Amino acid sequence: MTLATEVLAAAGQVGTGEKVVFFILAPLAVVGALGMVIARNAVHSALWLVLTMLSLGVFYIVQTGPFIGMVQIIVYTGAIMMLFLFVLMLVGRDASDSVIETLRGQKVAAIILGVGLAGLLGFGVYEATRGIVPVGLEGANAAGNVQGIAKLLFTKYVWVFEVTSALLITAAVGAMLLAHRERAAGERVGQVAMMKDRFRPGNYPGPKPGPGVFANSTSVATPAKLPDGTPAERSISPILPTRELTAAEIANKPTEGK
Amino acid sequence: MILSLLSDVPPLTPLGGDPTLEDFGKDPWWIVLIKVLAVFVFLVVMTLFTIWYERRVVARMQVRPGPNRHGPFGLLQSLADGLKLAFKEDIMPLKADKIVFFIAPVISTVCAFTAFAIIPFGPMVSMFGVKTPMQLTDIPVAVLLVLACSGMGIYGIVLGGWASGSTYPLLGGLRSSAQLISYEVAMGLSFVAVFMTAGTMSTSGIVAAQAHGGEAFGWLPTPGWFALLLLPSFVIYSISAVGETNRAPFDLPEAESELVGGFHTEYSSLKFALFFLAEYINMVTVSALCTTLFLGGWRAPAPITTVWAGANSGWWPLLWFTIKVLLLLFVFVWLRGTLPRLRYDQFMRFGWKVLIPVNLVWILALAGLKVAQKSSYSTTDKLMFVGVPLAVIILLALFWPAKAEEEPKTVQEQVAERPEGSFPLPPMDLQVPVSPRAKRLTAERETVPASTEKEV
Repeated sequence: MTLATEVLAAAGQVGTGEKVVFFILAPLAVVGALGMVIARNAVHSALWLVLTMLSLGVFYIVQTGPFIGMVQIIVYTGAIMMLFLFVLMLVGRDASDSVIETLRGQKVAAIILGVGLAGLLGFGVYEATRGIVPVGLEGANAAGNVQGIAKLLFTKYVWVFEVTSALLITAAVGAMLLAHRERAAGERVGQVAMMKDRFRPGNYPGPKPGPGVFANSTSVATPAKLPDGTPAERSISPILPTRELTAAEIANKPTEGK
Repeated sequence: MILSLLSDVPPLTPLGGDPTLEDFGKDPWWIVLIKVLAVFVFLVVMTLFTIWYERRVVARMQVRPGPNRHGPFGLLQSLADGLKLAFKEDIMPLKADKIVFFIAPVISTVCAFTAFAIIPFGPMVSMFGVKTPMQLTDIPVAVLLVLACSGMGIYGIVLGGWASGSTYPLLGGLRSSAQLISYEVAMGLSFVAVFMTAGTMSTSGIVAAQAHGGEAFGWLPTPGWFALLLLPSFVIYSISAVGETNRAPFDLPEAESELVGGFHTEYSSLKFALFFLAEYINMVTVSALCTTLFLGGWRAPAPITTVWAGANSGWWPLLWFTIKVLLLLFVFVWLRGTLPRLRYDQFMRFGWKVLIPVNLVWILALAGLKVAQKSSYSTTDKLMFVGVPLAVIILLALFWPAKAEEEPKTVQEQVAERPEGSFPLPPMDLQVPVSPRAKRLTAERETVPASTEKEV
């Protein structure tokens, strides 16, 4: 991050600090990736992935790309993984992956396809970047890192950028449409309607009396007593078993009527 | 090795000057250590002080004394509470996910402390003979670091809620993640106007950009503070900062009346203390960031500098900075003492349908203004570009067909409309008699001589 790192990076060398950071975080990133695949619990899996993403963010920053590093942490780790977690938590914490293969040869096929995809991507990147002479960080960050990215984004790559954002918006609208449920007329009850319903004649708008209010016992199974002395059945939760009350419990307290 | 490579860099900013990005990353290791320790101590002391401050201010607003037993004015109350909290029994719920349950408060606290690293406290100062900026560090994307830290801090809350293995914490955690992500968008957008005006994302650069007022269109003087210059951004930042720190009236993740304690229901002892610490540090951080981005940072405002020219030199800026932060913290307490909690759907609607669209329109308008200002058109043309759309908007707003409002019903009409068997109403001409006891109390109080008041 310091000027010293920038100078070193421009000269094609790797500074001591950068080496130390790399050799601490690179194993952590790999461990995170492996943990993400191996962990049985979906939330643990997501947390391992967070570790990998954070390490990558720090790598970007160390390689004098502070903006992309911060964006990696804010957008991927802070927002996207958080939404993943959101869904995983709603699924339930005990939902773990089953180890039984539902399709025969699924694991072998997955490994072969995974290695194939990695090879394809690696080869593609290698072919795309072969023969390109790097300008060096001094050239790229001449006007500052953020300004350099902004310039490229809004001049040379503005078309690509716009197309990508249109794609993202389409995806977001599509997701909203898929999740949208058509409601029948009158199905949605507003706050005003709920209040009118609550205060309609015949409905008692106040809270239910708590169990044990004015009763001769402290048990939650003892109904509260109404002002006229009759038990208020609404005060007991319906899941509680009904209990035979003793004569002493039913009888009025000696203090009453004085 | 570093020194030899840096031999051709420009010389350091003189004492009392605004530090630039070149001034950072050159401190010897012991200065860095002192600064880290100073930031840590500042935050912890501010936390202890803020808890006391909040309790006293809320108490004053509710006409009661508040903590006043331990130390002068009860200042040591929060220290005593903190010590007691640390020695309480640490309960690990049976259904908790042990590792995640343990690391959640740690994540919260670490992120809260880290965010403060880029806050500028003052200009270049001399520390034991070494010229150094009064700021731990600064990077070209410093403000984004705060956003990243608050983004990571959400993990502490969400994981704490999930790992507790119980319903209320889970609901609190889910609520808070939705709330923080929504309000972080509004918060991030409110920074954009500041970045566009200051031309930098580094906090020291933003403070320097607010040192002097500018001129719009070559003749209109503008204030230096971005709070005045970019008022919509300031308002939106202030609102989203309250949402971002889970404070009243946006304290839905820990709504006591609905969720017991929210995400930290199952936490106790030191782990709970860490969550508590993180919440108060986050409050201090958003206040400090507000000071830095909108209220001129560590610089004293005009009435002080006109009387005393040296107000912004040496170590004095630390004082102005702390005063500004304390004033902002007072606003947090004031809000808590004044406003009831919002309903969840109202709160989310406000964030997504009001704050974010208003912010986007404001950024667009500001960008248009800036382009018009930089272009080579004449002043009258520029005024036309600004004035004509403004006039169209105002005319549209004036002549927009308003909805015909229904005649409000009188009370008698509303009473007559009520269906048969409705809940009984008190008589309309009810006169509530003055309580005779209240009268007696007033009379008694008047007879008490002033000298015996202390005993009461």
